[in-house]
Amino acid sequence: MAGRILLIEDEANIAMALDFILTRDGWTVSTHDEGTGAIAAIRRSRPDVLVLDVMLPGRSGYDILSDIRAATDLHDLPVLVLSAAGQGRAREAAERAGASRFLTKPFANADVLALVRELARP
Amino acid sequence: MARIVHSGTRVRDRRQLLGLKQADVARAAGISPAYLNLIEHNRRAPGQALLVRLAEALQADPQALADGRESTLAGALRNAAAAGPDRAVAPETGRIEEFILRFPGWAARLAWGEAGRAEQGRLIARLSDRLAQDPQLSASLHEILSAVTGLRATGEILAGAQDMPADLAVRFLSNLGADARRVAGAAQALVTWLDTPPEGAGAVSPQEEAAAWLSARGFHLADLEAGGDPDALVARSADLTTDASRAAALQIARRYRADAQALPMQRLADALGGDAQRDALRIAGALGLPPGLVFRRLAAMPSDRATYGIATCDASGALTFRRPLPGFAMPQFASACPLWPLYDAMLRSGVPVTADLAVAGPVPLRFRAWAVAETHWPQGYDRPGVSEAAMLIAPATGPAGGAERVVGAFCRVCTAADCPARREPAIGVATGAVDAF
Repeated sequence: MAGRILLIEDEANIAMALDFILTRDGWTVSTHDEGTGAIAAIRRSRPDVLVLDVMLPGRSGYDILSDIRAATDLHDLPVLVLSAAGQGRAREAAERAGASRFLTKPFANADVLALVRELARP
Repeated sequence: MARIVHSGTRVRDRRQLLGLKQADVARAAGISPAYLNLIEHNRRAPGQALLVRLAEALQADPQALADGRESTLAGALRNAAAAGPDRAVAPETGRIEEFILRFPGWAARLAWGEAGRAEQGRLIARLSDRLAQDPQLSASLHEILSAVTGLRATGEILAGAQDMPADLAVRFLSNLGADARRVAGAAQALVTWLDTPPEGAGAVSPQEEAAAWLSARGFHLADLEAGGDPDALVARSADLTTDASRAAALQIARRYRADAQALPMQRLADALGGDAQRDALRIAGALGLPPGLVFRRLAAMPSDRATYGIATCDASGALTFRRPLPGFAMPQFASACPLWPLYDAMLRSGVPVTADLAVAGPVPLRFRAWAVAETHWPQGYDRPGVSEAAMLIAPATGPAGGAERVVGAFCRVCTAADCPARREPAIGVATGAVDAF
């Protein structure tokens, strides 16, 4: 099955690569490249899975994730968090904020696809 | 924290240490044994005259018997007791004063060890803070990881998509090149950071702290220009935190004052005239002074009057003093670029060298350099001489001549292609120069 993915990532080259592999895998991908306006972008695109970078201009991915979990219409959205900050405190912070899955950069494309497919399962 | 120790306690400890009876000490001090007993139990405070007599009777310094905070030595021993492991047999902190009186040598040695342990702890904390909190390190690592992520994702796509439309493949290839350049730049920034002394409290060696002290004052010590005392200047500098860093700063300050006396700033300014970038060797010639001295004084001018940088090295080539300029970095730990005129000068002691330089980079920056080496024989001519080379630099003015010597800071961050003097490859820059050696 495939559905809609919203990719929030400010690194243009990473976003382009992820857009390509997810689209090739059959997903409908939309992108957003900053922290501000992220919640509105989610409500607009209504994704089945959100792929969310942590370090974003305007607002951090953690803050966006906390808002998602606090919003009645978004709280159960599956979120894959991408972080360059490593496995330790960054992973704990992501889990506290409500991440469904966590992936550290640099990641393998296959890992992104596997996790997105897993999160999209009903 | 230092405790208050009463003089009576100190009198008693000292008397017992000497094995004297109260009656004997009381007689020698001209008081009754009963009164001495009251003093020893801190129920009477002896006046100054009596304290002096008691000190004579106890063969002690009156100051050592007076009321007051416990000595620095006692404080250090108390810190050592508190810092040690929690053992069944704890240090007898109630008998510290007695320990000092009985075993002054061992007490001093123990306090010295405690001071060293505390200093090492502070050093480790500062190093740890530097790694954990330095924003430049964090930014460099994030930049590298982000670029590597792009490289990996894009590389996997290109490796597995032979049927990709040509225009898309070109875009991904372009991304690949951009990310590769980002990795190279970020890695160079990281290496430069690792080789740069941390600012302020982050300085970790005495030399770094002394250099940071001078840098914080813009390399211009106004107090010493006005005839001030180097020792006093260093003593009141709160940003010098250890005896070793104060000693390093004092060495700099004393030389600075000697230079200032030999060439007052006003005389130098007069020699410069209205030309803030006048040829340094011509100035030295006009003043009739050694070029090295003139170089140091030009580099000590306030930055609003002239812009000179300077590097000095000893005969081994190790940099001993640095005032970098924007665009002309000077390594803190690594060996500097062997093509600097500084090293030409060291090869021909006493012969001034002048060169136009271009610092390797995407947009080469041009500088004018003057260098000279001098040798002194401080222990006599029958003993080894001490050589020092100095290189003064200033931003080049006027159009490029096309014959500039291409130099860098040090090999690992230098992007100069086909450099004949390269010792090691630059971070992130492919070069075959090393293979040729």
